[in-house]
Amino acid sequence: MENAAQTPPMMDTSLQNERLLAIARSQRVQDFIFHKVTLVFAMTVLVALIGIIVSLIINAWPTLEKFGLKFFYTVEWDIINEEFGAAIAIFGTLASATIALIIAVPLSFGIALFLTETCPLWLRKPLGTAVELLAAVPSIIYGMFGLFIFAPLFAQYGQPALQSTLGQMPLIGQFFGGAMNGIGILAAGLILSIMILPFIASVMRDVFEIVPPILRESAYGLGCTTWEVVRNIVLPYTKTGVIGGIMLGLGRALGETMAVTFVIGNSQRIGASLFSPGSSIASTLANEFGEADNLHLSSLFALGLVLFVITFLVLAAAKLLLIRLERGQGSRT
Amino acid sequence: MDDSLYQRRKRTNQIGLTLSMLAMVLGMTVLLWILALLFYKGFAAFSWTFFTASTPAPGSEGGGLANAIVGSLMLVGMCTLVSTPIGVLAGVYLAEYGDQSPIAGLTRFVSDIMLSAPSIVIGLFVYAILVAQVKHFSGWAGMIALSLIAIPVVVRTTENILRLVPGSLREAAFALGAPRWKVATMVTLRAAKAGVITGVLLSLARISGETAPLLFTALNNQFFSTDMNKPLANLPVVIFQFALSPYDNWINLAWGGALLITLVVLLINIVTRIFFREKVSA
Repeated sequence: MENAAQTPPMMDTSLQNERLLAIARSQRVQDFIFHKVTLVFAMTVLVALIGIIVSLIINAWPTLEKFGLKFFYTVEWDIINEEFGAAIAIFGTLASATIALIIAVPLSFGIALFLTETCPLWLRKPLGTAVELLAAVPSIIYGMFGLFIFAPLFAQYGQPALQSTLGQMPLIGQFFGGAMNGIGILAAGLILSIMILPFIASVMRDVFEIVPPILRESAYGLGCTTWEVVRNIVLPYTKTGVIGGIMLGLGRALGETMAVTFVIGNSQRIGASLFSPGSSIASTLANEFGEADNLHLSSLFALGLVLFVITFLVLAAAKLLLIRLERGQGSRT
Repeated sequence: MDDSLYQRRKRTNQIGLTLSMLAMVLGMTVLLWILALLFYKGFAAFSWTFFTASTPAPGSEGGGLANAIVGSLMLVGMCTLVSTPIGVLAGVYLAEYGDQSPIAGLTRFVSDIMLSAPSIVIGLFVYAILVAQVKHFSGWAGMIALSLIAIPVVVRTTENILRLVPGSLREAAFALGAPRWKVATMVTLRAAKAGVITGVLLSLARISGETAPLLFTALNNQFFSTDMNKPLANLPVVIFQFALSPYDNWINLAWGGALLITLVVLLINIVTRIFFREKVSA
């Protein structure tokens, strides 16, 4: 009897166990599905990257096959005779981005320094926010500003001033001569520098802020001036981050289309002077893609491939530097 | 000797700090000058017809940007519908399973690069896989190009914000016997809702000004159209074409459109800052 009395509860638990097991099993299936679904979505980013590279190579292939390595260093860009070389566009891209960096890096360093060290506390937040907001302004605005406002002023005041000063110096003088119509590689570089300025400045400020206060205060305690603290403590500590931020800005400047297309002049010739019009890879694509076919189209894809590879390398390097900074931060604090 | 060293250090310090302040003043002046001009020229173009009439034919007077505004809203809206679920789920994967799998590390790295990748190349890509295959430009192509730009933004902000959710919250849910997918969707995502919305809004701000990828995909349409299967008018491309045109009224419309885009982008950024205080770095 005792046994019989005990059986029902035992049956009950085993039934419950089975129900629980069924739930656990179904949950395991659900989890498995959830894992795989999210994995698939995460893979879309990778698939997109591989797709971009593969499709660019496929479409650029006729050009790469016909011109081979010559494509990358010849200056010919003759649509009628179907002779294509990327040198002018590559030069324009690198030159305008370099000019942009030369101007924007010291300025953004100054801004970041001001925002982290000297700015009165009540101004820090609003000014920092303003810089971040300006980094979000669409690039086409900078292009329009460059074309309608900056170029005429630059032709009237900027270029003559540059020619009468830098243009008279030996060696670099030739870069600042020739026709002055306000547009050209130098103008494109200047507009680009304005565009990437808030971007680099806000990255630099973020990086400067991770310096542990104790390091800064120790240096002040030893009697360092603000400038010495920044030069000898903040900069060495954040070196990798600063370089990473600069390279992120470089990546933006290299791939920028709109800000450049409006002011670079869009000419497939190369001039000794930085005043002369040129073209960048992105501006060539934006201007010529609509009317291109056959080999011309394929050459434009080849240009796109070059641009993608260059920016990919720059951005990857920037990312690796920033990751290294984060790791260092983890081990040091 | 000691005194002169002291003097020199003091002078260096003053020069350095003055230069830094000048950099700030110069930078802000130029940038505010650009914005002031934009507002000045843009507001002059705003009128009733600006929002109600379609883009004018070459040489004709008047006209507005109604077709471009509607086209842009459609593109951006559709793009948000597509990129939000993809981006959020991918972000969930990186945050929940990311520590064990090498694929997650790679995805994180690649989406960080795609954040700044040249958008014109993404236009080329969509042209090659879609426009060249069906042989016509279309709103769909533009939407895909924009989504490819928006997804990395959503992925990274979602992951970052999910990682801020305290581990104890997850553990409490696990201890109650909740399966992983329920923890992820009903506990962590819900706790991080504000941050996820911020990410979506930031991606919206990012794509509303993108011009380059639309040049080869959505192109432009002179007429009012809501057909996603045809070339679709959109603000950035209209601004680009009108700004480079010889007609004064076109250039005015371009300024108006530029101001409209900037206002939207700035507004989204300010709203995200006010309503979602936690700092999300994209």
